[in-house]
Amino acid sequence: MSFLADYGYIGLFFVVSVVFALTTVLIPQILTALGVIPSKPSPAKSATYECGMDTIGKSWVQFNFRYYFLALLFLVFDIETVFLYPWAVAFNKLGLFGFVEMVIFVGILVVAYLYAWKKKAFEWK
Amino acid sequence: MDWLRWIIFVVIILAFALSFVMAFILLERRIVGKFQLRPGPNRVGPMGMLQPVADAVKILLKEDITPAKGDRWVHRLAPIVAFAPALLVFAVVPFQGKGPGLGFSLDQPAALADLNVGVLYIVAVSSISVIGMIMAGWASNNKYSLLGAMRAIAQMVSYEVPLVLSIVGIVIASGSLSLNSIVEAQSIPFILLQPLGFLIYFLGATAEINRAPFDLLEAESEIVASYHTEYSGMRFAMFFLGEYAYALGVSAIVSVLFLGGYKFPFGLLPQSFIWFLAKIFLVFFLMLWVRSTLPRVRIDQMMAFAWKFLLPLSLVNLLLVAAEGVSTIGFGWAAVGINVILAIAFVVIWANRFYRVKGVTVG
Repeated sequence: MSFLADYGYIGLFFVVSVVFALTTVLIPQILTALGVIPSKPSPAKSATYECGMDTIGKSWVQFNFRYYFLALLFLVFDIETVFLYPWAVAFNKLGLFGFVEMVIFVGILVVAYLYAWKKKAFEWK
Repeated sequence: MDWLRWIIFVVIILAFALSFVMAFILLERRIVGKFQLRPGPNRVGPMGMLQPVADAVKILLKEDITPAKGDRWVHRLAPIVAFAPALLVFAVVPFQGKGPGLGFSLDQPAALADLNVGVLYIVAVSSISVIGMIMAGWASNNKYSLLGAMRAIAQMVSYEVPLVLSIVGIVIASGSLSLNSIVEAQSIPFILLQPLGFLIYFLGATAEINRAPFDLLEAESEIVASYHTEYSGMRFAMFFLGEYAYALGVSAIVSVLFLGGYKFPFGLLPQSFIWFLAKIFLVFFLMLWVRSTLPRVRIDQMMAFAWKFLLPLSLVNLLLVAAEGVSTIGFGWAAVGINVILAIAFVVIWANRFYRVKGVTVG
């Protein structure tokens, strides 16, 4: 029971931290409404800042596919670690058998890792 | 009673986080100043101690600008998404353990909630801030911002893997995911038992919170200020504070996982939260030291460092720790000797390999 209660306390703490962040952002808004903070909008001020040049086109464009490789590799290894955590907690009870199992499991991933390396998935071009 | 406890801890955590973040901002500027043979900010108050207060007042009174071409609401929400999870990290950090300590004794560990999956919780929560960065980069409709946000994703995704793998070694040695049990298990601090794991975690965490030498997404000479180029006033301050709150979080986690948290080394003195706070400052000083020593790395070097250097070493570290666990060596002083020697050997050999092979150089 206290196990679930802990999550509840953390959830409430999350609410507190969001409220804290919200108030910090809202204080300047209120001060602007009161006239303490200056608010003199102009087209030049709210233009996109790209070092003085006029912006050409939108920046909401398609992006380099290199990031896709990284995301795939990340998924592979992150799922590996998700499997490793329960194994690590039960490590003392599993003994030698668990160790050998894990070496085989990591070994398979190392093969995939070497393949990715040879295919130059880690090169940044 | 439980509610009273919750309120007390919320107040403690907020006070702790805010005062330490302020102290860190000042310390960083003063200490980096000393490293660079200049005084640093020393005019406001005694020894410049009121500088963060002056900065806070100044930044609060700045005009709040939203770019005309940007996505208004995402632009407004981004700083909150980036900042709020930073505080969540401290919810599971134990400030002092159960039993007698220096001055007073406690009947349960002093943490808001001692989750039995604390380590997983921290890994999960500390990755959320990158969503705020992406929101900021995307909503600004600025090419520099978007480039910075993309770098942030690539960096986060790459360094997450060695970072998480290096903690598995800790979990094996302590047999628990709860941060309090991990501290209790450290009769020998894990930095001695797993020096390789400490190095990997420290470097990975430095990269994850985008501190120098991995502060690529804030490379002023390349992409202005990246994802917060279009921010001003308090919303800029939220990103800034969030960064330091994460630096504080990482310092706290390193102290808990590797330096023995609230315990005095080798139990020479009784446990106390004072040792924990001292260790946080120590780890933060180490970060500043790294920052002022090393120049910023290039982006291809950064990716290569994560995937080709840290990842193999973290797998080696994992196998090493596991092998010691199943063999008769165990996790005693014998393992400390073996691991320190092997850690130096592995780092030197693997670094040399990159130094020699042209085309894939890291250093």
